[in-house]
Amino acid sequence: MSIDFIGVWIAALLTLFIFSFLYKDNPFYKFAEYLYVGISAGYFAAYYYHNVMVPNLFVPLQNHQFDYLIPLVLGITILFRLFPKYSWVSRYGFAYSVAMGAGINFIVYLQANAMQQINATILPLISLEGGFNLGQTISNIIIVIGVSAGLVYFYFSKPHKGFLGSTARLGIWFLMISFGASFGYTVMARISILIGRMQFLINDWIKPTIALISGS
Amino acid sequence: MGITERLANIDRRIIFLFIAIAVIIPLLHPIGLPTKVSPPVEKAYQAMEGLPDGSYILISADYDPATMPEIQPMMYSLLHHAFKKHHKVIVMALWPQGASLAEEALNEVAPLYDAKYSVDYVNLGFKSGGSIVILAIGSDFSEPFPKDMYGDPTSEMDIMSNIENLNDIDLVIDLSAGDPGIPAWVMIANARFHRKIVGGCTAVSAPQFYPYLDSGQMVGLLGGMRGAADYETRLNILGTATAGMDAQSIAHIVIIIFIIIANIFFFVEKRKKG
Amino acid sequence: MKQRLPLLITLIVGLTLIVQFFSPGLSFIQERFTNWFLVVIVFAFLLGFLSLVKVNITKIKRRSEDWGYSIPLLIALFTMAIIGIGWGIGEGTIFNWLFMNLMVPMSATMFSLLAFFVASAAYRAFRARNLEAAMLLIAATIVMLGRVPISSAGFLSYLKLDAIANWIMTYPNTVGQRAIMIGAALGVVATSLRIILGIERAYMGEE
Repeated sequence: MSIDFIGVWIAALLTLFIFSFLYKDNPFYKFAEYLYVGISAGYFAAYYYHNVMVPNLFVPLQNHQFDYLIPLVLGITILFRLFPKYSWVSRYGFAYSVAMGAGINFIVYLQANAMQQINATILPLISLEGGFNLGQTISNIIIVIGVSAGLVYFYFSKPHKGFLGSTARLGIWFLMISFGASFGYTVMARISILIGRMQFLINDWIKPTIALISGS
Repeated sequence: MGITERLANIDRRIIFLFIAIAVIIPLLHPIGLPTKVSPPVEKAYQAMEGLPDGSYILISADYDPATMPEIQPMMYSLLHHAFKKHHKVIVMALWPQGASLAEEALNEVAPLYDAKYSVDYVNLGFKSGGSIVILAIGSDFSEPFPKDMYGDPTSEMDIMSNIENLNDIDLVIDLSAGDPGIPAWVMIANARFHRKIVGGCTAVSAPQFYPYLDSGQMVGLLGGMRGAADYETRLNILGTATAGMDAQSIAHIVIIIFIIIANIFFFVEKRKKG
Repeated sequence: MKQRLPLLITLIVGLTLIVQFFSPGLSFIQERFTNWFLVVIVFAFLLGFLSLVKVNITKIKRRSEDWGYSIPLLIALFTMAIIGIGWGIGEGTIFNWLFMNLMVPMSATMFSLLAFFVASAAYRAFRARNLEAAMLLIAATIVMLGRVPISSAGFLSYLKLDAIANWIMTYPNTVGQRAIMIGAALGVVATSLRIILGIERAYMGEE
């Protein structure tokens, strides 16, 4: 039996340990759950070391790029969160990280997700591309009215009555259809992942094991 | 408790059993239902196909083993397509597990096309920082990525000799299982650096990226295992995604039957209660 | 020192990043900030890593509930980290073998459990109680059927479910998602501004 096939057996047993949760919580599942957390943390540590710490900190410092002492110091302050008495020191590192996120997000969300999306919603309500185009006209009307109605539902804190009320209601309908679509896609995703596991159990574990036993 | 109410509250393990059977049987006895390529996948295919041979493709592997059945077949198909077109493939990862999974796919597909490491393709490995990494490579690849996944200097690699920053990349493909992923690439690589973006993602997140397709911020989208199967069909490859489509169909039918039955019970009970 | 300096760091870093978007001459500052950030974030991971170790060691010491499972957790954690850091991470290493045969199946199976729970939830909770719920349910059903190949087989092909599903995704879904996207984006912009101006200070922790 090759080392790879031993690996397949270990993988299959761990898969079954986790599936056993479907019957009820049990020690096999718990063992796999804790093992998974441990393996993952160790895996991440090795990657952070080889792919970030060495090339992006140790090498620059060796090459006398001393500006990298700044992130080193900021990073070390973050570790002070572990000591309740000195946890305030960690604010420096967190302040820098949070500010980076906020500074970038402020611009990119405004540009890509707000302005460019609004821009794509400003469409002619009658499409005259190459003569009158009925299909495109209907599509444009749906997009313009639908997005506006959805935003009315989200943004107006005034009571949803009269014209505002019916617009908000239309907005809810569009949201409901997109939630339905999202639910359909979520079901699809979960089933796909289950299919992947079953393909592994059948094609990589059961079939080769039967072949090995029957000597073919 | 009436029979309808009792049926509405059956032990969930019975439902589990039905789902397991619905998935296992079609895998053992495939029906071979044909897949029709959906428009967002066709667009993604054309984005790659339309580039002149030898273009530079950046693939970011931002996914993990949990979403492998959906996204790993996309990685295989995209690599087949890229190497067939003699494109130069630069792989990086904003999720550490993505670097390992991309490595597995590269090692399997590259030899089929005689693609050479560091000449035709490279695995730059993982980099922490999410969207900030994208901003960094927008200015310069060499500072965030002085070395590849294995610690070899990228400055000495053939494939990187013509690449200074994102502006030298002809097509960005993000295979994304969550955050950081497609939104970060669209918001920075597209909005700021005007790169063309193709996305591949889990089905869970696919619906939320349709606005990007409509606005042209993305030029193609592979959503879930079905998206992967469509790309396999377009390339005439029989991959794991295509093989899973029968099981996917049957499982969906079973779930829909469950929903219909539950709603019949609901209306019968409602009428009884007046 | 404890309060003002962190707030000042946030203000300066945040404002600099915003200003440099409009003045490319300052891009060298952004380059330094971004490349430093990649390093700082490693320490955030390290904090999580050390906390995990601390919590589990404490659990074993105090013999808390399920303390026995913390032992394989710690063994796996240190084995993986030491083997990976010491002997490399690429294909053909023990690290990669452990990744492929332990981490991959466990991670994938954990998430595949959701297939069963989503089916059970659909059966228990998915009811057409009112018009809105009915719209959600019908859209979900059409998409579920239309996005799998069976919709193009046999009598189902006459219903053109795949075309209807594509239409739902391209128009009503895009509309709903876009309204959410714009709404959320404005929320992120507002929150970012609150952080930069020091109004939002949750990251500072307890006083």
